Amino acid sequence: MAHVNRSVLPGFALSLGYTTFYLGLLVVVPIAAVFLKASTLTFGDFWATVWTERARAAYLLTFGAALVASLAALALGTLVAWVLVRYEFPGKRLVDALIDLPLALPTAVAGLVYASLYVEKGWLGRYLVPLGIKGAYSRLGIVLVLVFVALPFVVRTLQPVLEELDGETEEAAASLGASRFQTFRHVILPALYPALLTGFALSFARAVGEYGSVVFISGNMPHRTEIAPILIVARLEEFAYAEATAIAVVLLVLSFAMLVAINVLESWSRRRAG
Amino acid sequence: MPAETKKLRVEIRPRPAREDPPWVRRLAIAATLAIVALLIVIPVVNVFSEALADGIGAYWANLTRDDDTLHAIKLTFTVLPFALVLNVLFGVAAAYAISRFEFPGRAVLTALIDLPFSVSPVVTGLMFVLIFGLQGYLGPALRDDGHALLAYPVALLLVAVLAVAYAIVRPRNRRARRGLWKLHPALVVAGGGAAVFALAVAAQRALGVWPSGKSLEVIFAVPGLILVTSFVTAPFVARELIPVMDAIGPEEELAAVSLGASGWQMFWHVTLPNVKWGLVYGVILCTARAMGEFGAAYVVSGHIAGQTDTMPLRIEKLFQEYNLPGSFAVASLLTLVALATLVVKARLGREQARRAKGTP
Repeated sequence: MAHVNRSVLPGFALSLGYTTFYLGLLVVVPIAAVFLKASTLTFGDFWATVWTERARAAYLLTFGAALVASLAALALGTLVAWVLVRYEFPGKRLVDALIDLPLALPTAVAGLVYASLYVEKGWLGRYLVPLGIKGAYSRLGIVLVLVFVALPFVVRTLQPVLEELDGETEEAAASLGASRFQTFRHVILPALYPALLTGFALSFARAVGEYGSVVFISGNMPHRTEIAPILIVARLEEFAYAEATAIAVVLLVLSFAMLVAINVLESWSRRRAG
Repeated sequence: MPAETKKLRVEIRPRPAREDPPWVRRLAIAATLAIVALLIVIPVVNVFSEALADGIGAYWANLTRDDDTLHAIKLTFTVLPFALVLNVLFGVAAAYAISRFEFPGRAVLTALIDLPFSVSPVVTGLMFVLIFGLQGYLGPALRDDGHALLAYPVALLLVAVLAVAYAIVRPRNRRARRGLWKLHPALVVAGGGAAVFALAVAAQRALGVWPSGKSLEVIFAVPGLILVTSFVTAPFVARELIPVMDAIGPEEELAAVSLGASGWQMFWHVTLPNVKWGLVYGVILCTARAMGEFGAAYVVSGHIAGQTDTMPLRIEKLFQEYNLPGSFAVASLLTLVALATLVVKARLGREQARRAKGTP
């Protein structure tokens, strides 16, 4: 029983009051300002701004790259989490600690170093570019930095769940004659679904909003490698505030909708898993 | 006969049900090492190798001889403490309210704390430009008479501080309340607050502490950077503290209060020491994120070299000017901060594991 009657512990009014005051001023009012500003546009103007060919290409790239990157991070992260929980190997503690680096490393640094690694003369680019793989100033580069940014979210969500996984069901499956792969597919994986969804949701939300690293590596070519946040900045630099706001509203609404949808899915799969 | 028993024993040996075949294990470990090397280790090594490409002397010159770079470093460390103090106060209050009390709207409040995570940094910057920018909602007022308007937030802050002081000083024991202490607290805070607010504003009118007719810059200036950095890092401390407080439970606090501790005694002697490590980790995450904020700072700062460029923005400017060694030199500082964060986190993890073992 973590919660107590409000009359017993002191400080309810103060802590809740300050929390709502701070969140209201710093978070709610600014978000409301975006919608208020967007409402000054007529619907026709709004539509004309957010549905240009250039904008459509930017949304498609933003959400497409985020989707591909979070799926890749999901696959890689699951493997890494599994290895870190189940196996022993020299240097394991170091690898475990390094997983958090993308959370602590400024995205501008990530973008800068990825761009310099994958250009023609870079450490990795000098082998990849002759093979026709362009990691810098391309869509592939955007996906690469987004995978970097998203990886810890998947690993850190899965690790505790894997650690607490009940070994008995696995042993039961094995004793009933299931192969190791069958056990993984039918016993372990279903237990991981909620955590996988959470990891995916976190990395997707993070990847959609990512700006700092993408600016460095994408080259920002309209229609080709321009993500939606870059489009907003471009509008702002033309002092076209209403237009910038309209695109921001689209981005906000889409990512809120994603979050709600994934939350609903998550609680549904948690209920099913029991 | 003995030979047969031996054979039997071999067959009975239990099958390792939770173990994967050795080749799977080796392959998975190799793949993990490859992923971590490719995504994380090689980039970090590359940062330092590029920064030191022209030797340590050139590296040092890149950091200390460039006035704009020095200014960017200074600015980053000016903004950081503001964001930290604001978000530690907020994080502790939010975690205490959410993990200790049941109230309507608790789920909404929890979701609201996480909201800044899902807002794109560029959109964050835009929000504050829309409010404080020249064409923003408060823009004209700030431009015409910004400094004099400072009286209002300062008066508000004064009222808040006095309200907290009142809550601390007011006797908890009903019988000890005499005279004015008997008034309802809401009445005191509302009435007294209005009076103090009016007095503070009147004092500004009469004395002119802040000159009138002088514009106050928020956007393209330090206050804007503080605002967006606080917004972006708002969830960190609270998110670290809520699970820690949930896990500890209210028993010790209840014991303290039932033994006669006042609210603040309980807070300083029980609540805060219990969540110390969670708080430290939250502060460290908050620091790393605050120093590295790019998108929101880009929009709000106007990106003026030597004036509003923070370290990440300076990296971008040097990169655009094809000054890669300079750019990597600044990047290497931020990478060091990130690596230090990881070290502290590993230490804290061990500390917590030890504590958990000591107190079952």
